[in-house]
Amino acid sequence: MTLEILGISVLWLFLLGYLIIGSIDFGAGFFNAYGVLTGREHILTNIIQRYLSPVWEVTNVFLVFFFVGTIGFFPKTAFYYGTTLLVPASIAIILLAIRGSYYAFESYGSRGHKGYSFMYGMAGLLIPASLSVVLTISEGGFVSMVNDNPVLDYRALFTSPLTWSIVVLAIAAVLYISAVFLTWYADKAGDRTATKLLRKYALIWAGPLAIAVIGIMFELSKHNVEHFDRMVDIAWLFGLSAIMFVITVWFVWKQQHYNWALGLLIGQFTLAFFAYGISHYPYLLYPHLTIYDGFTNPTMAIALVVAFVLGLCLLIPSIYLLLKLFLFNKDYVRGKGDHHA
Amino acid sequence: MENESAVFFSRVLTELTLSFHIIYATIGVGVPLMIMIAQWVGIKKNDEHYILLARRWARGFVITVAVGVVTGTAIGLQLSLLWPNFMQLAGNVIALPLFLETFAFFFEAIFLGIYLYTWDRFENQKKHLLLLIPVAIGASMSAVFITIVNAFMNAPQGFDIVDGQLVNIQPIVAMLNPAMPTKVAHVVVTAYMTAAFVLAAIGAFKMLKGSNHVYHKKALFLLMKVGLVFAIASAIIGDFSAKYLVEYQPEKLAAAEWHFETGKNASLVLFGVTNGEEVKYAIKVPYALSILAHTNPTAEVTGLNEFPEDEIPPLYIHYLFDTMVMIGMFMVLVSAAYVLGKIRGWSFVGARWFRWVIVAGGPLSIIAIEAGWWLAEVGRQPWILRKYMKVAEAATTSDHVDIMLILFCGLYIVLGIGSVVVLRRMFRHNPIEQEIEDRKAGKGGDF
Repeated sequence: MTLEILGISVLWLFLLGYLIIGSIDFGAGFFNAYGVLTGREHILTNIIQRYLSPVWEVTNVFLVFFFVGTIGFFPKTAFYYGTTLLVPASIAIILLAIRGSYYAFESYGSRGHKGYSFMYGMAGLLIPASLSVVLTISEGGFVSMVNDNPVLDYRALFTSPLTWSIVVLAIAAVLYISAVFLTWYADKAGDRTATKLLRKYALIWAGPLAIAVIGIMFELSKHNVEHFDRMVDIAWLFGLSAIMFVITVWFVWKQQHYNWALGLLIGQFTLAFFAYGISHYPYLLYPHLTIYDGFTNPTMAIALVVAFVLGLCLLIPSIYLLLKLFLFNKDYVRGKGDHHA
Repeated sequence: MENESAVFFSRVLTELTLSFHIIYATIGVGVPLMIMIAQWVGIKKNDEHYILLARRWARGFVITVAVGVVTGTAIGLQLSLLWPNFMQLAGNVIALPLFLETFAFFFEAIFLGIYLYTWDRFENQKKHLLLLIPVAIGASMSAVFITIVNAFMNAPQGFDIVDGQLVNIQPIVAMLNPAMPTKVAHVVVTAYMTAAFVLAAIGAFKMLKGSNHVYHKKALFLLMKVGLVFAIASAIIGDFSAKYLVEYQPEKLAAAEWHFETGKNASLVLFGVTNGEEVKYAIKVPYALSILAHTNPTAEVTGLNEFPEDEIPPLYIHYLFDTMVMIGMFMVLVSAAYVLGKIRGWSFVGARWFRWVIVAGGPLSIIAIEAGWWLAEVGRQPWILRKYMKVAEAATTSDHVDIMLILFCGLYIVLGIGSVVVLRRMFRHNPIEQEIEDRKAGKGGDF
């Protein structure tokens, strides 16, 4: 395995981490806002607050880690993506800022404000949409070089069906992941009404998710044939992911084996995400930038890998402690005793 | 291809984001240490009041951390969005500390979550104190690593440029650049100092508003002692920083001191105004600049006239320098007077006017932090990477920076007002007297 592949795999893993825990967070915000609007907030708010409170800050770090790591391993991405992403990334930052701060404001300052909850919920849907633009751009065709500087063609981007199918996929995935996770969490908490409601959401969002995936395959076969062909080459990985998806939905439908459902959900997205990543190889930005010509010098790469390994030695036990105290602690999950500062 | 308006707006937007971020970041670095100290003193003295101090600070801290995290994410991404050419170059040399900073941040985030949500879970307060250590270390270490990146921009090393290509890259050498020791030390220590004085200001204000609980008196005495130590440390490290500037960045010190002609027996200029060459209404302290620069009253100090016209930083940084130093000195005096006065039993310590002085100390310390950063940053104009890359070459070529500037302005206004409103409401609805009553009644003191 070359350092380039190692670098991109590590970053991809962190992006996957962000995708999953970020989705739980974004979806939870949306379900919460929906609950407030339909007068059902009492069912979900406690479950959501109890899960989100200790972890919301950690969620953000996964994203920071991904983009800082990307600049570290692939400094040329700063040149290509930095210039072209100014507008979509700035919008994503603003939405993230509103979300992150209002979460803290609301849970510590003024609980139950309708306007905040609504903004919080909407921002959660718009963030995945604005971030997924990066995936669209990476497929090529939207960036042209003018005077040696990359320029993004907004018109082409916003009129492309590929863009919109990726946006739909992002939103559907967020709501589906979040609903399945929260079903599991509510079930652990022994909260029957919340489990019932969240289970319904999970089943509702499974459909659009499947449709969006098929739509993207179709669009990609026209947009970037090279990429599509490589996807077909590893179709078995996508197939395996699809099977996991079906079993997850089956378990949720049958209201049983929620532990397995959660495990399969993570497996499904991990497989699909890595299969997508592998088929994208070797391009970071088709056709301008590959992982080979964008890679940092070997000295820095080794330094980063060493730092990464040492960092993980600190992080893994800490994350384990966090999960043990909040996710796998029965009393906490069931809301026995109010422990917060 | 440069895009002049994009360069201008990129500078304004970066300055806006950083100026807003450092208020929360400074508090974010300093307050965990104060919480840790209060918790530790509480355990050692077996005094519930200090534990409550830690608890109440922690609660307010969540709000500032939230704003610090989101604005930090903003500046992290803006570095690549607004300065893509710089990040491409710097990514090759200085990615390591940037990367390490995220680890420190990760570490802090995890343990802060645990700390905040396990308040009454551990019978033993010492266990709870243990959770604070990684929070304080993580907070300080992220300041250390990110300041290393900034130090590198002031004193780049650890690479060579041969025919426009970067070669012989040494990440560790780049991190251990000459600007690093003084910069890191000054940033961390002034953050501790500022946090102490900001918290002291809140306590003094509560006392002025009629809350005469012994809790506030304990808080004030503790904070002023801590503040005094860090204020003195800041001044000493500030002096080292000046000596660093003489050696490595003489144009910054010369511009900050309006020292035009190279010469011996250089005097220090305090206040005054200038139109470029002529300095009016200034107080000149003879020999002081030579002492500051070389610890020798007759030593020669390089003047601004030695440098090419287009490599000189703007002269207004002198005002920033004055502001920072004057506030620093003032805070040393105020905290020293308070601590001495308390020990000796002088009566002015409890006087209303003196409490107002302490209240002023909080915002003044923040102003000093801002002024210090502006001095450091504007003082290396026109370079983004001193002697290697000018600011204009580093900026984005995108045409939309002006609109983004307006959007971010709106965001910071919302965040600024929001955080102040929430913090005020949080403590006004639950004053300390109430919380002590509630805890006695076994209600856990929650709201």
